[in-house]
Amino acid sequence: MSLLTRTAGATADDLKPSRGPRESILSRGAALVVMGVFTLYFLVPIWWLFIASTKDRGDLLTTNALWFSDWNFFANVGDLFAYNDGVYLRWLVNSLGYAGIGALLATVVAGMCGYALAKYRFRGREAFFNVVLGGVLVPATALALPLFLLFSQVNLTNTFWAVLLPSIVSPFGVYLSRIYAAASVPDELIEAGRIDGAGEVRTFFTISMRLMTPALITVFLFQFVSIWNNFFLPLIMLRSQELFPVTYGLYSWNTQLNQIPELRTYVLVGSFLSIVPLIVAFLLLQRFWRGGLGTGSVK
Amino acid sequence: MTATEALVTRAGRGERPAKPPRRPTPHKGAIAIFAGPFGVLFLLFYLIPIGYAVWQSLLVVQRDGTYGAPEQVFGGLAQYALVFQNAPFWESVGRVLLFGVVQVPIMLGLALLFALLLDSPVLKGKKFFRLAFFAPYAVPGVIAAIMWGFLYSPNLSPFTDVTRTIDFLSPELVLWSIANVVTWVFVGYNMLIIYSALLAIPSEVYEAARLDGAGQVRIAWSIKIPMVAPALVLTAVFSIIGTLQLLAEPQVFRSFSAAVSSTYTPNMTIYATSSIPNTQLAAAFSVVLALATFALSFTFLKITQRKAAQ
Repeated sequence: MSLLTRTAGATADDLKPSRGPRESILSRGAALVVMGVFTLYFLVPIWWLFIASTKDRGDLLTTNALWFSDWNFFANVGDLFAYNDGVYLRWLVNSLGYAGIGALLATVVAGMCGYALAKYRFRGREAFFNVVLGGVLVPATALALPLFLLFSQVNLTNTFWAVLLPSIVSPFGVYLSRIYAAASVPDELIEAGRIDGAGEVRTFFTISMRLMTPALITVFLFQFVSIWNNFFLPLIMLRSQELFPVTYGLYSWNTQLNQIPELRTYVLVGSFLSIVPLIVAFLLLQRFWRGGLGTGSVK
Repeated sequence: MTATEALVTRAGRGERPAKPPRRPTPHKGAIAIFAGPFGVLFLLFYLIPIGYAVWQSLLVVQRDGTYGAPEQVFGGLAQYALVFQNAPFWESVGRVLLFGVVQVPIMLGLALLFALLLDSPVLKGKKFFRLAFFAPYAVPGVIAAIMWGFLYSPNLSPFTDVTRTIDFLSPELVLWSIANVVTWVFVGYNMLIIYSALLAIPSEVYEAARLDGAGQVRIAWSIKIPMVAPALVLTAVFSIIGTLQLLAEPQVFRSFSAAVSSTYTPNMTIYATSSIPNTQLAAAFSVVLALATFALSFTFLKITQRKAAQ
């Protein structure tokens, strides 16, 4: 509200008239130059990584780093997959498991909770929500060590569960789901469900969840990314390399580059392959998450 | 559980249970089913670990004589006294604060500039730029750090002319080289959050300004930026949190630069301390860092809210 009044004041200020189409051509050009330069900044490193993963070890150092020489991409990928009994593929599968299963469960759990907070009144609701919001401000990395201490008490460190279980809690997902459910699921619809004799749970899974889809996809994607990118938890929890997610695996190879130089190609090819799934997922699902992103910020 | 189910179905049929003197919460069972799982998980993997860390941080290890078995006993705030005397830890805190003071404004300034350009009528090819700028967000911090580590290196970089004259991995520059990696990953993400907020502004808001002949820059400065202030606050808070938690990028840079010590950031200090192992001290570090993060982002929220209310 205070913002609205401020803006209203601003529009009432004496605003200078624009200087016409000449300025507009100039500013068009300037805008394009700025965006063009930064496009290079954002894309050249990824392009370089792609080019590097198409080269064999000799060409990597001797040929133009930003253009192709002999096409060795598939040979490199084959070598990468074969190295160390295919441990890289194992890491990719692990990452997909941690992030896929974790994000799916997190989304359902957070979606249900956000829905309950938006659509039902109960004692302690705001207190509960405030504690969860506090959780948004406590970052996942701050929890990694306490979780490790606790998990070592119950002998769960160095297991799949050590990384998966903490990943299914998304306070931000609850926050987003609550805001979105409050705005997009009409009370009348839930009431209609009640009159038709559908249970609350059935109403949620058949109707409300569908209305919340954009928010839920956003929660899923961002949780997926945060699990996929999470480094501290695997670093502190895992010792056996067959449990590593791909980021931790590549990190461990990268630390051995000085002793085992041939790992360099594998690190580069492996890095490139590991970012492809996320880029594809973001491109395919963009119409969903773009809608959902705004929900969190406008509030 | 059966009682819960009964309640759900009864509530579902729209029958009201007999009214006791105090009005009961309707749909109690449904609420338990919806909010329960998150509540339990939040308790198990958020609240209990925090409590356990606080408890651990209050313990000290004692031995019977030099070779006696170690035993954990209550030590009060002894670990916290050690935390406050630990110079490397405070150096690492100072380092990430310096990092944040420089990197967060640059990153958010760029994100705001790009979002305003995407939102203005002067730019063509918006869809392409939006995707190109967001693409780095799909690169995990570890991978981004490995990639940039190679790009900075004096022999492998495609820009060896530059990297041979400027040592990006030197003790003086490496912090800012890491800042560049973080900026590269997160500008597009923050840009999209601000851009979504810009899209949500109804166009009627601009009408009056346009009729008065305001230029795009004036509209951006006087209308758009104040209206997306909440989004800027949100991105700032998340960036502050992220900065204090810095771990993956500097940890990777240890392979590229000897200047990055094992206690370069607070989280690296925690990791290094826990692998000694000195879990009690590491727990105390964790508690201090979590409190500092919370206090800083909370203060920032409060200050900006007060400003907005003025």
